[in-house]
Amino acid sequence: MPGTPQRIVIIGAGQAGGQAAYSLRLGGFEGAITLIGDEPQPPYQRPPLSKAYFKGELEADRLFLKPLEYYADHAVDLKTGVRAERIDLDARTVELDTGAALPWDKLIIATGSRPRRLAVEGAELGGVLELRTLKDVDLLKKAAFPGARLVVVGAGYIGLEAAAVASQLGLKVIVLEAMPQVLSRVAGPEIGQFYSQVHRAAGVDIRTGARLEAFEGAGLVTGVRLAGGEVLSADIVLVGVGVLPNMELADEAGLVCGNGIAVDGEMRTSDPDVYAIGDVAWRPLVHYGREGRLESVHNAIEGGKIAAASILGARPPTLEAPWFWSDQYDLKLQTAGLWTGADERVMRGDPQSRSFAVFYLKEGRVIAVDAVNAAPEYLVGKKLVAAMATVAPAELADKSISMKEIGARALSQ
Amino acid sequence: MPKITYIDASGTERTVEGKNGMTVMETAIKNNIPGIDADCGGACACATCHVYVDAAFTDKVGKPSAMEQSMLDFAENVKENSRLSCQIKIRDDLDGLKVTTPESQH
Repeated sequence: MPGTPQRIVIIGAGQAGGQAAYSLRLGGFEGAITLIGDEPQPPYQRPPLSKAYFKGELEADRLFLKPLEYYADHAVDLKTGVRAERIDLDARTVELDTGAALPWDKLIIATGSRPRRLAVEGAELGGVLELRTLKDVDLLKKAAFPGARLVVVGAGYIGLEAAAVASQLGLKVIVLEAMPQVLSRVAGPEIGQFYSQVHRAAGVDIRTGARLEAFEGAGLVTGVRLAGGEVLSADIVLVGVGVLPNMELADEAGLVCGNGIAVDGEMRTSDPDVYAIGDVAWRPLVHYGREGRLESVHNAIEGGKIAAASILGARPPTLEAPWFWSDQYDLKLQTAGLWTGADERVMRGDPQSRSFAVFYLKEGRVIAVDAVNAAPEYLVGKKLVAAMATVAPAELADKSISMKEIGARALSQ
Repeated sequence: MPKITYIDASGTERTVEGKNGMTVMETAIKNNIPGIDADCGGACACATCHVYVDAAFTDKVGKPSAMEQSMLDFAENVKENSRLSCQIKIRDDLDGLKVTTPESQH
């Protein structure tokens, strides 16, 4: 077939880049695949880094998405510890830091995101850590001895998950959050209040509305100074204040970028032979009629599958409502959808029972659900979100009506 | 080393060696067994590692936890012997275990 690509280069060997390679081979692609990653490991799962892996329940090789042999067995040329330095759209090459220039017919950019750094005094001190890679969490694990004082900056998923593990490991943990509520970027206030209480009950000092001024120390961090002058003693600081998309390569190459690399529904950038997937992609969010960037396993996997299907001319996967999860203590938070823009929130169940859900509605339609130890609410909720189904708030709040019934009624309409 | 046999929807059998403490899902991933997606990597968060446990082993494997059961209640094509393979840990007495994967995990 004329125009069939022979050489596919994937920049970024995270979950999205890995998935693209697996899906291309699974879909029957027989040409060359080169997968470039700047970390020393093959593609691995990041979610456990702030959870089971930090806690010491998993060894690193159990995080690998595929065993090392996979890459040789499936002729995926995995180049680890290598950085892509430049994309040349005219020459159709990627230049590497090894000096090599790799030619491609199709290029997939899966460069992910990096932790946002704080522009405060002392940010470069030793012991001021971030949590994104295996290397990051190995550093954290080394420092996290029982009794150590940990200050977590930022009460998002990463910060709170790490705080939960650290307190279970016997560290003294303080969490600083600039907003008035924890998890405020990703969930509604009911969820934030609940998790604040859970953490406080576990002995974690949660301080919302906190204004960080500087990290103190000489060489190694010894404290965190707040506006007003209070200094919190610290042996370790973990900064988890969000991520930035690694879109510089694409931007410098002249691809259209916004808050991420702009792509269409097939994950194609402004150059139709170049795709962008995973955290770095600024993609259509079809359920919401807008574009956005998603930082999640779901998005990484889905993007990899969509790009592979597009390249192979195969049927694309059914688009799922965005989904996420967070493990803290004995609690599993499962989220479907994006709550931004909700005009109504409905509580189902009692937070005191540690099993409940919050449904987020917009103009009567279910746009998201946060379910804590409540799998039925999550799984049916995910279907309601995917269908943008209309459900009466009173029905959602009524525990005597099962989620199965609610789902059956709403989805048959 | 307990042996685990995976049977895909078309009936093809693949037998591999498991390791005690690893899950049936992880063992599948490690051995490139098709038919198990395991999107969430074993966090019991996605229900894409669904398998049917061979009748001879359903008692030994045991019942799903409440959380797993809830996830299964809403998965596709669930049967009496359905389990999430990320929640089955391999032990010596599961040597010879056979599980069948469904046609699709989504």
